[in-house]
Amino acid sequence: MPTLKPVAAPPIQGVVPALNELPGFSPGDAIRVGVRSPIGHYRVPIYLRGKTGTVVQVIEPAMVDNEAEGFGKNAGSKRHYYRISIPMTQVWADYQGSPRDELRIEIFETWLERV
Amino acid sequence: MTHTSHIHDDGSHHDHDHPHAEISVGEKPGYYAVMETAVRELLIAKGLITANDIRHQLEVLDSRTPALGAKVVARAWVDPGFKARLLADGRAACEEFGISFYDDTQLIVLENTPAVHNLIVCTLCSCYPRPVLGLPPDWYKLKPYRARAVSEPRVVLREFGTIIPDDVEVRVSDSTSAVRYLVLPMRPAGTENLGEEQLAALVTRDAMIGVIPVTLDQEVGQ
Repeated sequence: MPTLKPVAAPPIQGVVPALNELPGFSPGDAIRVGVRSPIGHYRVPIYLRGKTGTVVQVIEPAMVDNEAEGFGKNAGSKRHYYRISIPMTQVWADYQGSPRDELRIEIFETWLERV
Repeated sequence: MTHTSHIHDDGSHHDHDHPHAEISVGEKPGYYAVMETAVRELLIAKGLITANDIRHQLEVLDSRTPALGAKVVARAWVDPGFKARLLADGRAACEEFGISFYDDTQLIVLENTPAVHNLIVCTLCSCYPRPVLGLPPDWYKLKPYRARAVSEPRVVLREFGTIIPDDVEVRVSDSTSAVRYLVLPMRPAGTENLGEEQLAALVTRDAMIGVIPVTLDQEVGQ
């Protein structure tokens, strides 16, 4: 496949990235979705909180965290977010279907814990 | 009711000599309808937007229909380079194709293969790839589909007449944030001699949501 568009490389020697500038997770990383019940506008569905999964993809570019946006805070609230894969059998104990079936969802870094 | 000559859906053309229900809004507006009207009137009164801005945005939304998505799918089927760009960056490839995105959403295109069948849903509300498909169908927005698509997708698919063999992975993508999804269905066998336009006519909205495959005998316009 030809190169489709330039992809950011890791910083070369001497280049110091800002805090949170680089994604904290990489494809293949094992994660757990945070278990929190804050009041207000939150986008992580309750049925996935506490579930463990795998980072499939860093979705570029980083976006304004829509949970901050929900409160009118846009400046400085860009966050990395990821396409996460969670096996259906992990989401539902009594799942009927193939053990390979999976749920995919995009989740902001603020909700991900390293396993 | 005015008596005018007009064409009915069945194509018949006649003067009125039979009763119709009046086409009108009879019920009082609900809480959110009143809220919408109040906010809209305030925004216009304060000069932040104009009535024409709203009318124009409705025109933008009305211009988006599944026919656009079908053209994208057909192009991907006939042009491997376009397909690669579409799978790498759905939004950029659609923009290259001439379909603008009027919002900040990204688009991830999910390719169905003999090994993976994709299904899209928004469990929180009604996120949908509107720039390329237009408005979602009502069932997509209602709670039964939203809840069941993630908990028993194979049963839901069966209700649409789609039986996915056990050795094919069902992959459900729940759209909750800035990403919208579009399913790239498999090109059916027996379409080798069809042109891009004929191929596009086979691709339906439901196939791009992932509840049915594209088939040759698909009735166009369903």
